[in-house]
Amino acid sequence: MGRPGEGMNSIIAINDLSTRLGDAWIHRHLNLEIARGELVALVGGSGSGKTTLLRQMIGLLTPTEGSIRLFGEPLFGGGTARERTLRQRFGVLFQQGALFSALNVFDNIAFPLRELKCFDATTIRDLVMLKLEMVELRPRHALLMPAELSGGMVKRVALARALALEPELLLLDEPTAGLDPDLADGFVRLIRRLGEELGLTVVLVTHDVDTLAALTTRVAVLAERRILTYGMLDEVMQLDHPFVRNFFYSERSQRALANAI
Amino acid sequence: MSRANYSETRSVAGQPELVLTGRWTLRALAENGKTDAAWQNHLQELGRHDAVSWNCLDIEALDSVGALLLWHTWERKLPELLLISPAHLQIFERIAASDREPAAVVVPRSPFEGLIVLGASVLAFKRHVIDFIDLLGRLVLDLFHLLRHPADLPGREISANIYKSGVRAMPVTALVGFLIGVALSYLSSLQLRQFGADIFIVNLLGLSIIRELGPVLVAVLVAGRSGSAMTAQLGVMRVTEEIDALATMGVSRSLRLIFPKVVALGVVTPLLVLWATVLALCGGMVAAGFQLDISYGYFIETLPKAVPVANLWIGLTKGVAFGLAIALVACHFGLRVKPNTESLSANTTASVVSAITMVILIDAVFAITTRSIGLPKF
Repeated sequence: MGRPGEGMNSIIAINDLSTRLGDAWIHRHLNLEIARGELVALVGGSGSGKTTLLRQMIGLLTPTEGSIRLFGEPLFGGGTARERTLRQRFGVLFQQGALFSALNVFDNIAFPLRELKCFDATTIRDLVMLKLEMVELRPRHALLMPAELSGGMVKRVALARALALEPELLLLDEPTAGLDPDLADGFVRLIRRLGEELGLTVVLVTHDVDTLAALTTRVAVLAERRILTYGMLDEVMQLDHPFVRNFFYSERSQRALANAI
Repeated sequence: MSRANYSETRSVAGQPELVLTGRWTLRALAENGKTDAAWQNHLQELGRHDAVSWNCLDIEALDSVGALLLWHTWERKLPELLLISPAHLQIFERIAASDREPAAVVVPRSPFEGLIVLGASVLAFKRHVIDFIDLLGRLVLDLFHLLRHPADLPGREISANIYKSGVRAMPVTALVGFLIGVALSYLSSLQLRQFGADIFIVNLLGLSIIRELGPVLVAVLVAGRSGSAMTAQLGVMRVTEEIDALATMGVSRSLRLIFPKVVALGVVTPLLVLWATVLALCGGMVAAGFQLDISYGYFIETLPKAVPVANLWIGLTKGVAFGLAIALVACHFGLRVKPNTESLSANTTASVVSAITMVILIDAVFAITTRSIGLPKF
């Protein structure tokens, strides 16, 4: 061992990652290390590969070169049992919620719990109702089908499902996309509250400066196929780079940042 | 709404002047029938003289449709003598700026066009074969996994699929089977009667339905019904990222989504073949009863003597093979669906067509390999 990112505090360690899709290199020699307890926003322009990077972190895509370690261990190799245990330590919230459309809200949240095959029905019921309450939904929402839910509720149920197994790491893909400002606000506050209560490490992919300002402590800027800079928001804003200038110093961003502070 | 109109007058300087008044907007022009060619031609006639000055200051409202009408009248340029407000002039400036053809990207046709197309389809086919073998391989690995961990058997998913593709298909299969039996029996009996070979209707119906028609008919029905449903379901799950969500939870998608479908169709299709065969024979029996006065008792008694039981086993084995093929093809195409409606419809169609083609091919293989089995001895 002895490589950077091996400490117990390092939740996600990405080393010299390069990804190629077809003929184009999406990432080249990308390095990133996220420590426990941080709230990180991954920002980048359209087509810069942020969602691809997130998908590699959660193991849906294998990198062409380089390695990704979660909780100090690589995701692949080492058997399905070990992979499954590792996957139980993080939860993912997809952009459209990705709720199982054939199951109702209760069964959606109960799904990961039932997969463990070690809880009885009463325990599962209690756990599911607890998660529902945590995401500020009512018991009467438990038996609705995903098609009957509004956009904001879909995201909350998806969040409850992501948190079902008490993970240590939460990854979110554009959590406030498609929500009206009022709902987006509420959702961001919910994530922040839960993050603090449960001691989660949160990584979110976003290009919404409001969310960024309200939710995160650190920002990782993805541009030129690598992480340009990673640090606190004020440090990142000092960087003199066209993308940083356009992203953080546009009119909208300035207003959002002013409001947040 | 005041009508779009023009009037000819003389301007102060004695020049012929056209004064435009009213509303030159889409709704006004359409309502008053001013979009027809005759009115436009008349306007153009009037405007053709170069010395005419156009006075647009009295126009109440002008939008892009009205402006375009005038633009065409003015032959795509502003007239020299024009009185117009700046706001309206802006509309014409915008029209002038956008007045070009949509740019077509012309790709030069290479002389090897035919070869390129052929090559591309071969490579696409190769991709299909590789993905299919990949799918097959995953299922075999899942089978080995299940042999070691039998508790992981996705029982609920399998039973749900059996219900959906089997139990729900029974009414339609029964109806189709019965009617095909009637039709086949009716047509055959007409021919057999000519040779006085009425009683051979039992052999003919029995052999053809049990061995060939039953399995193939059921396979086509199952492919259209369950094959397309499976492809569409998997396709939409891909689009809504449900499959990704399963993967991030560490759930094997091949074990929990594809394996149950394949097993369910493998179990259900031979049972449906049995069901449809019985009903087709009943239909044939009824029709033969009417046409040839063959009693039902005679029919039922003669059937096992006329048709060796090996045919039944062949028919059921075909059912299993067809069921597995349909499920594999359906899942293969389902996993290829991209996030757009065109891709979903194309893949669903391809799934059903390929499944039916595979079924016919497998049927041909069966026909060749079992050509000496199950034939009645005379």
